[in-house]
Amino acid sequence: MGIAHDLGLVRIRSRLPSPTRALRARSFPLRAPTVPGGVEPLEAPARTGTGFDTDWSRRWAARMCRAAIVEGPMRAMVQVLASPHRTGADRLADLDGAIIFASNHHSHLDTSLLLTSIPEPWRHKIVVGAASDYFFGNRVAGATAALMMGAIPIERSRVGRRSADLAAGLIDDGWSLLIYPEGGRSPDGWGQPFRGGAAYLSVRCGVPVVPVHLGGTGAIMRKGRTMPRPGEASVTFGAPLRPEPGERAPRFAVRIEEAVTALADEASTDWYSARRRAHASASGTLTGPQVGVWRRQWALGGPRRSLSSSRSPRWPDL
Amino acid sequence: MAVEHRKAPRPGLVMDVDRSTPPILFHHGEGFRLERLPPGRSRIIYPAEPLAGLSDPEEAIRDALLNPLDSDPLPSLLRPGMKLTIAFDDISLPLPPMRRPDIRQRVIEQVLDMAAAAGVDDVHLIAALALHRRMTDDELRHALGERVFDAFAPQGALYNHDAEDPDGMVELGRTDHDELVTMNRRAAESDLLVYVNINLVAMDGGWKSTATGLADYRSLRHHHNVGTMQNSRSFMDRPRSELHHSNWRQGAVIKANGPPIFQIETTVNNNTFGYDGPLAVLQKREWEWSARDRATFMAMHAGLKAMPPAACRGVFNQWLAPYEMTSVQAGAVEPVHESTTANVLAQHLVPVQGQTDVLTMGLPYICPYNVNSVMNPILVMCLGLGYFFNLYRGQPLVREGGVVIMSHPTRWEFHPVHHPSYIDFFEQLLAETTDPAELEAKYEAQFATDEWYVHLYRTSYAYHGVHPFYMWYWGAHALQWLGRVIVVGGDPKAVRRMGFQPASTLSDALEMASDVVGPSPTITHVHNPPILMADVE
Repeated sequence: MGIAHDLGLVRIRSRLPSPTRALRARSFPLRAPTVPGGVEPLEAPARTGTGFDTDWSRRWAARMCRAAIVEGPMRAMVQVLASPHRTGADRLADLDGAIIFASNHHSHLDTSLLLTSIPEPWRHKIVVGAASDYFFGNRVAGATAALMMGAIPIERSRVGRRSADLAAGLIDDGWSLLIYPEGGRSPDGWGQPFRGGAAYLSVRCGVPVVPVHLGGTGAIMRKGRTMPRPGEASVTFGAPLRPEPGERAPRFAVRIEEAVTALADEASTDWYSARRRAHASASGTLTGPQVGVWRRQWALGGPRRSLSSSRSPRWPDL
Repeated sequence: MAVEHRKAPRPGLVMDVDRSTPPILFHHGEGFRLERLPPGRSRIIYPAEPLAGLSDPEEAIRDALLNPLDSDPLPSLLRPGMKLTIAFDDISLPLPPMRRPDIRQRVIEQVLDMAAAAGVDDVHLIAALALHRRMTDDELRHALGERVFDAFAPQGALYNHDAEDPDGMVELGRTDHDELVTMNRRAAESDLLVYVNINLVAMDGGWKSTATGLADYRSLRHHHNVGTMQNSRSFMDRPRSELHHSNWRQGAVIKANGPPIFQIETTVNNNTFGYDGPLAVLQKREWEWSARDRATFMAMHAGLKAMPPAACRGVFNQWLAPYEMTSVQAGAVEPVHESTTANVLAQHLVPVQGQTDVLTMGLPYICPYNVNSVMNPILVMCLGLGYFFNLYRGQPLVREGGVVIMSHPTRWEFHPVHHPSYIDFFEQLLAETTDPAELEAKYEAQFATDEWYVHLYRTSYAYHGVHPFYMWYWGAHALQWLGRVIVVGGDPKAVRRMGFQPASTLSDALEMASDVVGPSPTITHVHNPPILMADVE
């Protein structure tokens, strides 16, 4: 399963004529040799997943191409689909150098929305942490993600040094990182607990984390939907966070989650009320109440209540 | 500006003009002039280069609030159930308006965050504009940021001071000089008044913030008058400013009878036009202009000349200065202001030896009272003879009986919404007399109490009816001091209406000046902006 599968590309490709099929019907040396019995074959280096090489996507030509995509069709698409309302970028005014942007995650639209919202000078020198098992499951999807989004593979299903080293190296080289600490899109409209990747990289590299809250993208294209439904989205940048002296990544990750939660409150009410609740530890929660499935759905309320893709109003919203 | 200069900014400079001195930049409203000054008897005063901004302004603000001067830390002054009012400087500061985030936003967000932590519900924010025009919503958004505006404006807790609201003002008492002290009622009845300043020049801040910004005409008339101005040497130098002496007396009354005040003052550097970008050339010294600077200037100059004045004004009004904060002080009014003034002077003061016969100045497109508006002839007079002339410490740059030559188009045009009473002042009163004392005696009260002007001040975006008088008084010291005022490149009719002499070129103006100060006079040009203040020995 991966993005190519979700978008139906696998099915389409299976119907197209394959140029290698004729070669495969031939024998060696036109085709690869078979391995003799009793011989341990050399392990081929992984060329997908965390082994996918994305260095080329940060070279000049690819960056120019990506900038043209982001400022052209991607920005137009975001404007049409999401009519974004962007606030809080002024909180970044004093920052210089690499930043880790940590955002909640509801939709495939999130990355496009953020890449067109993150202000200069970070917008065009940023890499996006993307699930290695999903975006880099095959080489075509990986190349597309690397070119269009500047994606780098991040291991999310197990602890892996390789993706952490890659991200840390890029941050040390001055690249900013956009990462979704939830590890994937929301399955039900509520957020998921934040993992420690962003916090770990911040502690390791000594760079600030800018919490970001995205609102409304789930309603436009939630997980499981293939066609977007135009709506309105909000992007709220928070004040940069730095690890306190001696603070470890798990504790810092909690603070990042609290900051995004406070931004969610700010985006839905007003700044001062949100600050009041934040200081009183009453900002609510991103992850929703720990109750039964239908009650979690019910608690979402409003137009987010229904998971159906039908556009016609339903009871009790008639 | 080279990076090495930014690390070690050079102080101001007094340069004697010789035959190798290139033509000198004169600001000329929404345009520029390049003028040659006579060698051998001319000198040019250049402002200091921008001091380094604070590396972490947010932390500096937080530190100032937690470690104030002669006051308890701000968090300890905040409690649930209290009435908190935050007043802040209006659109007249800084000049030009600064890029986001504005300093007011930075400071007020931190104050509010502490108020939120303390659980303060009753918070009002007031633009302390005295008799200036009201700020528009867009201007408030720019000054305070989206977050503060959206949190307070919709519920009516963010608004402009209204000095003519019959129920909105209170009298706090009288000074020992029988000066009435009034204050905005909400501010006066608060448990804590936090005032947030941007101190662009040495005149700003101190007790002038609350005693002027939140007062009404009955209180302001005690220091905004001809006598005060003529007795200030100058109003930019607080110890020798009668304007400030009066404000400080009123401050003593506020201290005794008014709310507790937590004063926050900030300073900015001289980075008015940026280190790079299209206007960077304007804060460089002419002999250091690179080929790129010259090309930029020529293109800009030619473009502005080809455009109609309103379009030029639109272009310049888009400019937001990349000012950097150089200091922040908080606590009790007096110690805070002492520290702030020292920081302002560290950027602005330029030592100058002796006076001059003729003082030349190029007036830019903006002054405190025409932000997003029109620089009318009265404001030209106020900027030149009020602000620029008074930017001295010790004694005026020009000798008594000397001549000031100002360069500005001085068009006969007014913003009908912002400056309605200016039009009547200019067309009716100045036709009769230009004597500030006579204008004050005969007409001030009439304009100050005119119901139509009051209505426009309260409900539209007009300066108060009495405001053009104050602008004229601002130049009263210079009018008393000078032998002649000449305006280069101005509309002759408008210039003569103000009692000044028009000249087509600087050479003509210098020729005309010699009638007053004699042949071969000494000439001093103030290369302002960026701002400088002459420390004249």
